Amino acid sequence: MADRMQEVRDEGALRETPLPPGWDEAVDLEAAPATIPDPAEVEVPDQLRAEIERLMSLYPDRHSATLPALGAAQAVHGWCSPEALRQVAAVMQVTPAYLSSVATFYDMLRTEGPATTYVYVCTSVACHLRNARRVYQALAREAEAQSADDLDLREFECLGACDMAPMASVDGRFVGPLSTDDAPDLIRQVKAGETVLPGRGLDDPGFRLPDPVPPAGGESVHPKMEPAGGTWPEGEELEPPPAEGPPPHRREIQEPLAPGTSHAGEHIDPLTRDVLEEEEEEGEE
Amino acid sequence: MREVRVLLANIDEPDLHTMDVYERLGGYRAMRTALLDMDPEAVLHELEVSGLRGRGGAGFSMGKKASFIPKGTMDKYLCCNADESEPGAFKDRLLMQKNPHLLVEGCIIGSVAAGANKGFIFIRGEYELQADILDAAVAEAYEKGYLGERILDSDHSFDLVIHRGKGAYICGEETGLLDALEGKRGNPRLKPPFPANQGLYQGPTLINNVETLCNAPLIIEHGADWFKQWGEGNSTGTKIVSISGNVQRPGNYEIPLGVPVRDIIYGLAGGLPEGRELKCFFPGGSSAPVLTKEHLDLPFTYEAMVEAGSMLGTASMIVVDDSQPLVPLALRLAEFYRHESCGKCVPCREGTNWTVKMLERIDEGEGTPMDLDILEQVQGNIIGNCLCVLGDSMAMPVASMLKHFRAEFEQHMEAARARRDLAELEPRSAPELASVAEAGQV
Repeated sequence: MADRMQEVRDEGALRETPLPPGWDEAVDLEAAPATIPDPAEVEVPDQLRAEIERLMSLYPDRHSATLPALGAAQAVHGWCSPEALRQVAAVMQVTPAYLSSVATFYDMLRTEGPATTYVYVCTSVACHLRNARRVYQALAREAEAQSADDLDLREFECLGACDMAPMASVDGRFVGPLSTDDAPDLIRQVKAGETVLPGRGLDDPGFRLPDPVPPAGGESVHPKMEPAGGTWPEGEELEPPPAEGPPPHRREIQEPLAPGTSHAGEHIDPLTRDVLEEEEEEGEE
Repeated sequence: MREVRVLLANIDEPDLHTMDVYERLGGYRAMRTALLDMDPEAVLHELEVSGLRGRGGAGFSMGKKASFIPKGTMDKYLCCNADESEPGAFKDRLLMQKNPHLLVEGCIIGSVAAGANKGFIFIRGEYELQADILDAAVAEAYEKGYLGERILDSDHSFDLVIHRGKGAYICGEETGLLDALEGKRGNPRLKPPFPANQGLYQGPTLINNVETLCNAPLIIEHGADWFKQWGEGNSTGTKIVSISGNVQRPGNYEIPLGVPVRDIIYGLAGGLPEGRELKCFFPGGSSAPVLTKEHLDLPFTYEAMVEAGSMLGTASMIVVDDSQPLVPLALRLAEFYRHESCGKCVPCREGTNWTVKMLERIDEGEGTPMDLDILEQVQGNIIGNCLCVLGDSMAMPVASMLKHFRAEFEQHMEAARARRDLAELEPRSAPELASVAEAGQV
């Protein structure tokens, strides 16, 4: 069955965009039910086992440790791989399926491919207003140019640092405000394992947001804000719509149609088929 | 206009996050009062009388919420909601990073009021720095004997655990938070039963926002009347406003509730970038319906914002200037909620998805005037029909943008259509044609 689905997908006739894995795969009803792995059969790194056991002891119910335990496993394996899930499942005594159901829900748990570092670029509303999309695009281009492969670079929803917009979180360290010019440095420093943009992290000593109020009689030290985060589609040569646009479309307020009438005013018997349909069918006969 | 710093009074003090500095500045005094000199009922009463309203968005009276917790010997829990993920909100980040002991003290006082013996601070996973700071603060408090068995030889025992989320906006919804804390997917639950009756592990649970709990020590120390000197009507106390977007000085400012909105945007935040004018603003985070210029002179209170058709929410103001096209903004907003919708109930899962599709169509020049009507109708069908308020959180601002700026949506749509038609007339750009010609294919 799975092979057949693969064939269909390979044809490329059904969809242009690839589907997320698993979406169109039929459930294998004959597979053995998921079981809790036998702790004797699964090798778990000692440190990871100790950490998960410590986490479980914090809560009245051991299941509560699921999220932090998956986080700990991800730190060891680079992602929530099937092997990582199996190890956590063996220690926590739950099924791996339960863990994968949880892991797929949360953005910070990687279910595909390992990564050593993450860079989350906030492109949510407040950052969007300050050009975050361009910053992300610049970073993505740069990451490709410098072939930073084990980097988990993503657009991320609001990271809670709208005061330093546009910003990014590099392994939990918030840096900002960013501009497109920062992209080469940022990616290079991430690749080299250096501190990213020193002095511009939220917890750096002396970190201050640029103060835009011009000192008495002086120039503004605030970086010039680029026109808009929400850009008009692609390219600067396009002009925004003229101030005097076409007359706005006004909705005509209409009484709702009475049952059994159509927009054209003809009478339709709701219980029978359309006249046209009937004619067509007759014609076929 | 000047800030009134109550919660943020000592925020610039170096090393405030350490026990020594916090205690030197009078920290943990309120906890002693609450544990040694007051009955739990008196603590609860003081919180109720102060009129402190939840700072996490819904604005429900904190004292009243705590009073719903049933009496008895069952296991009761306190949860602090530190899953601050609303676009525009970053006040809890500041409090936790700079003044974690205030939150720990607030949790202890909250646990006295609710009679809870086990507490959790559910902090969003992205706040790694803040979670580490809180972890250290909790360890210090255990060392001092402020947490654990029989605190200060009173009858009250309280354990506090920092629980890190893993990135899901829906866990900021109180029942979604409970599910996440129980180790499941963070799907909201059907209410009732409310968490006050049946929450974490089916036990009575008090859930409060970080800023709400941080107010508790101040109220216990100085009394409810002191707290009520700020504010207007039913909006008492001070409030941290996080202001972001197109303003000169984005950041956290503490104000007494009731000051005019204009003073916040043009006074504290320094106004808009030069030469720009205000188009609209979200008064309470991205889920609050937008307000426009004409609302600038309203007092910033829970009631006035509701009357104007919006809400105070988390008091996270996002300011939008007149250079910002609204359709991409609405699209970005809708994409956020589509991404964060847990998918449990239909109006939200489908509604957010179709809203995104329609806005994309409009933005790409595929839209028709009918799309705007359908867009409006879809928002109407989401509001009030979902298990939790996530769906409404998208529908309300999108509907309000459409209401206030319908002409702009129409103009944007027409312009995008015109551009698309032009592109169809000249399907290939000059450089493209040149490269094809070079390759000898023309």
